Amino acid sequence: MRKFIEKLVEGGLLLSGSVTSLTILLIIFFLFKEATGLFNSPSVEEGYVLAVNQENPVRHLSPEKIMDIFDSEITNWNEVGGIDEEILLVRLSDLTNYFSEEELGDEFQFIPEKISELVGREPGIIAFFPHQYLADNFDGAIISGDKITLWDFFEGTKWYPTSTPSPIFGLIPLLLGTLLVSVGAIALSLPFGLAVAIYMAEIANMRVRNLLKPVIELLAGIPSVVYGFFGLVVIVPLIQKVLNLPVGETAFAGSVVLAIMALPTIITVAEDSMRTTPRAMKEASLALGATQWQTIYKVVIPYSISGITSAAVLGIGRAIGETMAVLMVTGNAAVIPTSFFEPVRTIPATIAAELGEAPAGGAHYQALFLLGAVLFLITLLLSIYVEFMSSKRKM
Amino acid sequence: MTPVQKLGNVDAKKRTSQKIAFGFFSFLSYSVVAILFVILGFIIIQGASVISWDFLTKAPEDGMTAGGIFSAIVGTVYLVIGSSLVSFPIGIMSGIYMNEYATNGKVIRFIRVMTNNLSGVPSVVFGLFGIALFVNTMGFGDSIIAGSLTLGLLSLPLIIRTTEEALKSIDDSFRHGSLALGATQLQTIRKVILPMAFPNIITGLILSIGRISGETAPILFTVAAYFLPQLPTSIFDQCMVLPYHLYVISTSGTDIEAFRGMAYGTALVLIAIVLIVNLLANALRSYFANKVKMN
Repeated sequence: MRKFIEKLVEGGLLLSGSVTSLTILLIIFFLFKEATGLFNSPSVEEGYVLAVNQENPVRHLSPEKIMDIFDSEITNWNEVGGIDEEILLVRLSDLTNYFSEEELGDEFQFIPEKISELVGREPGIIAFFPHQYLADNFDGAIISGDKITLWDFFEGTKWYPTSTPSPIFGLIPLLLGTLLVSVGAIALSLPFGLAVAIYMAEIANMRVRNLLKPVIELLAGIPSVVYGFFGLVVIVPLIQKVLNLPVGETAFAGSVVLAIMALPTIITVAEDSMRTTPRAMKEASLALGATQWQTIYKVVIPYSISGITSAAVLGIGRAIGETMAVLMVTGNAAVIPTSFFEPVRTIPATIAAELGEAPAGGAHYQALFLLGAVLFLITLLLSIYVEFMSSKRKM
Repeated sequence: MTPVQKLGNVDAKKRTSQKIAFGFFSFLSYSVVAILFVILGFIIIQGASVISWDFLTKAPEDGMTAGGIFSAIVGTVYLVIGSSLVSFPIGIMSGIYMNEYATNGKVIRFIRVMTNNLSGVPSVVFGLFGIALFVNTMGFGDSIIAGSLTLGLLSLPLIIRTTEEALKSIDDSFRHGSLALGATQLQTIRKVILPMAFPNIITGLILSIGRISGETAPILFTVAAYFLPQLPTSIFDQCMVLPYHLYVISTSGTDIEAFRGMAYGTALVLIAIVLIVNLLANALRSYFANKVKMN
């Protein structure tokens, strides 16, 4: 009986131990399940139809071309390979400009017929209307919306997720924004963090270390939304004033806030690895007449270089995935960043800002999951790298 | 110049460069302290005038520009309790398994790699996972239970790691002694190992509460309500939560200035939670350390 209980407990413990692995698998499953749905959705908004006149040879339009047409950036069909004819844009709501309310019917029952008539009549028309109003014998040609491809997403330079009739999901501006903010953060916090780590591991006496340890613990414990709030009310106005910028919400502001947030990670990991330097090595160096400083940069740092790299990588991982603080201070302009002092938008900030407005199961929702999958893969690679480095160190 | 003098010069040069480097390092180290005090000081000074009994015990009023943050405090407490119910038992049990039972190196390594990877997953990805699994697939909707499960899984790696470390710090001679007396492994763990590791485990759990109460991204779409003055009545209700409340009142709304006071107050409450949790953990740590010494 006792043996049975022992086995039972052990089984229960093993089960608990497998929860983290299971969670990782579930995360991967759900991220990719939702994300791959994006590549099955048409580029024209679901449930809607884009139609042109039969005479018009254009049957194919890329999402970006569709957006340009609806923004009146493109005004003639010959710009997209069609006839030389002005583009006439007709949305469902524009129908009343062409037909009286009686003609449309008091329950709008004649709308399909009238749309068909209008499309047949106007050579330059492009009509956008719900699928339910597509007449059986429709006198026009339907623009086939291509399916969104992997390529569109990874090479896309525009992120207009709510553009109608054809949303555009391009990763590039968000990815560049994320990298810009994170690299900036690490450039600021790595030298800073390493200096503090060296000081704590090699120079400071017990008393100073006992002061610094809880300070760093507290810095790590402050919630990211509080960092974001502090950034918003202190750092952003400061940057705007000192650098004389039109807006203070910039990539730089994000980097400064993230640099502070990444400090505890960098300091702790780097300090731990410096502490593993064997005492004999340091003493040998000192005995040869090297100063303490020479010992630090010729012995301690080279010895712990893999740990220092891990510190940097973990810091980058923390910066790339950070959501709330970045969302609050970077201004969230989803364009390809051209300067450090402009608003940018990162991948996690995009997910947090837009998921609330994206209906579950729609293309936008799926695109945000795809962003999540990209983010997950980036941080997974970083984790694996750190894991690899530390197992190499142990050998 | 005699060779000895020359050596002296080199020494002096070395010493100056060391002095400069060390001075620089200590300056940067104290700047870290300064950064912390600036952040804490700023929020404490700005927030102190907002904090009052009414602020802590009243629901938000007038579109969140007046009243208090009671609903958000209650929501945060519910979430902390809910996520602890998920993560404490599972986390402690996995920690025990990995340190006391697992003998197969490959299994331990696999679990450890997965746990490390999980701790590296960005919090917003947990949010996506939560909305896909708990909110939509399992049909909980935006609810306390969906938020608690998401946060519970998020804090799991932290709890496993602290449990493991607490168990690791116990010398093997205690295990051997107990086993030699004829105790089974389960008895050894229950009667010897766990009581000894208890203080460190508790400290880890308390620190994790601090972390959980400040998480925002995972609860954005799994539980947090924008404005909901009445308290939740079941675990399937949405609720207001402190960090999300701070985010909302500091970024949205037409008249940001009208929200500022409330925002400072909310930030101060969040900071206070972190401070209290850290102080408590440190106090416990030193209390138990003294107790061990006295024995």
